[in-house]
Parts: sequence; structure tokens; C-alpha cells
Amino acid sequence: MLNNINPTKIFFIINRLQKYILILFLVVLVIGLLEALVFSPEDYKQSDSVRIMYVHVPAAWISLGIFSIISILSFVILIFKNKNFSLITKSLAPSGFVFNIIALVTGSIWGKPTWGTWWAWDARITSMLLLAVFYLMFILSWRIIDQNDKAIKVSSIIAILGLINVPIIKFSVDWWSTLHQPSSVNLLEETTIHSSMLLPLSLMTAAFALFSVLIFLMKYNTELIKIKNKGLDRL
Amino acid sequence: MINEILLMNGYGVYVWSSFVFTLSIFGILYSVIKLQLAKEQKKFEMKFRNLASEKIEFAKKQETFREILANTSVSKI
Repeated sequence: MLNNINPTKIFFIINRLQKYILILFLVVLVIGLLEALVFSPEDYKQSDSVRIMYVHVPAAWISLGIFSIISILSFVILIFKNKNFSLITKSLAPSGFVFNIIALVTGSIWGKPTWGTWWAWDARITSMLLLAVFYLMFILSWRIIDQNDKAIKVSSIIAILGLINVPIIKFSVDWWSTLHQPSSVNLLEETTIHSSMLLPLSLMTAAFALFSVLIFLMKYNTELIKIKNKGLDRL
Repeated sequence: MINEILLMNGYGVYVWSSFVFTLSIFGILYSVIKLQLAKEQKKFEMKFRNLASEKIEFAKKQETFREILANTSVSKI
């Protein structure tokens, strides 16, 4: 069944989707930026520095989400040997890595006015740094290893090993005493963040998600053309 | 009003640098991926042009090849 997900069929859709997603991303981003920088209120404790949350938190969520998808697909790749899934994971990694770096850098900038330091070896920050290392190893495995089959295997193993780090990142604030506060936005429990702040946070998350989809489609398209280039050589 | 938005109660440097950094990274990543895509399309176009005529006819019949060529100058010939 998995082999029916044919890159040739998907190719047609990807080319058309890119333009619409780019337009939608720009619209959501502009509205999100206005909400985050102009209309949303300042925090009673952190004042205007709280606005950094609108880039820091979505970036962290999406980098974590992308890595989880990569890891789950890697299980499927190792079990069913589906090469299309390996193209998907390869195409997802760049945006995931970039969002990870954004989360680390903006977190560091937010740390200075809030905690008085740019960096602390706190459980959440350290586990996020470890996630960046896993992303880097995953991307490098594709670049360093020449044999495609070996690259698929090594990158999948890296992604599966990295999955252990995902719950550590999520629950680090509950398991250890860290500088980070416990999560304010919960899917299963009550969300404690005010709606005036939840709106820009949701908009920026949507914009970031659209951007990651756009980058994924462009990268996936590139990978498919690379394969078709090899196909032309064999004609 | 503009001063308030720029200074943000003394946190302007931190807030604006975070947003500028994020948007710059978006711009860089988009440009890099777009360049890679254009490079591969160009490579495909060059290879396609150098094919023998009977191979071109065969390749043109394939849906995926047509789709790639739709984004290149070959489609305008």
C-alpha cells in the first residue's frame, strides 16, 4: 500500500500547491506580525519582552513536531523500505533544523532581559540543543554517505535515536527544576494563557507551519527532479 | 505611537532583534532552497536539450518530464 504513494503522481500537485501556500503564508504572517508586535498587550511581569514568545514558542513547537514526524517515518522506512518516505524525511529536515536554531537564538535573546543571562545549562535549553545536534547529524548523514541505501539506514537510525529526546524536551519543565515555566498552552488540559495572547501565538504558529510546508514542498520537488535527472541519463 | 512600538518599554532591542533574525533566516532558507530547485531544473533542461530527437519524443510522453519542463524555457519553444 505504501508503495502506491508515487512521487510521479504527487509531483503534479506539489507544483501547484507551492504558489498557493506562499500567498497564504505571507497573508497569515503579516496579520500575525501585526497582532504580535502592535495589537497584543504587554505582560504585567515581563512587559514587552513577552512578544519574543510569538517567534520563540512556534519555532520550538514546529522543530519538535517536524523531528517527531521524521522519527515516525524513519520507523516505517526501516520496516517497509519505502524510499519515498526517505525523500520526505530528507526534505523535512532543513526547515526543522532552521526552526530549532530560531528557537535557540530567540530563547537566548529572551533570556537576557528575563533571567539576566544569554545562556544557561537548563534542562529545556540543553535538550533543545541536543535536538539541533540530532538534526545536524541527520542532515550530514545524507551529505557524507555516498551510497543511497546506507544513507537511508544511517539517517533513519539517527532519527529514531533522537526520538528519545522529544519527550525529554516536552516534560523537562515538569521533571526538573528549570528556568522555564510549565507550559501555558495545553491540548488536553486547561490553557492558562489569555486569549489576547493566544491569538497572535496561534497566528504565528500557523504562519510558521505554512512556511515549513512551503520549504518542504520546494525541497521535495528538488529531490524529485534530481531523481528524474538521473532517469534522463539512463534513457 | 511609533516610538512606543520601536522602544517597547526598553525591550525594543531584544524584541526587534528576535523578529528580524527570524525573518532573515526565513528569507535565507527560502532563497537557498529556491536556488537549489532552479539549479536542478536548469540541469534537467540542459540534459533534455542534449538528448537525441527520438529520446526527446519518448521523454515528452512521460508526465513527470512534461511537468518539470513546464517550469523551464523548453516549454516556451
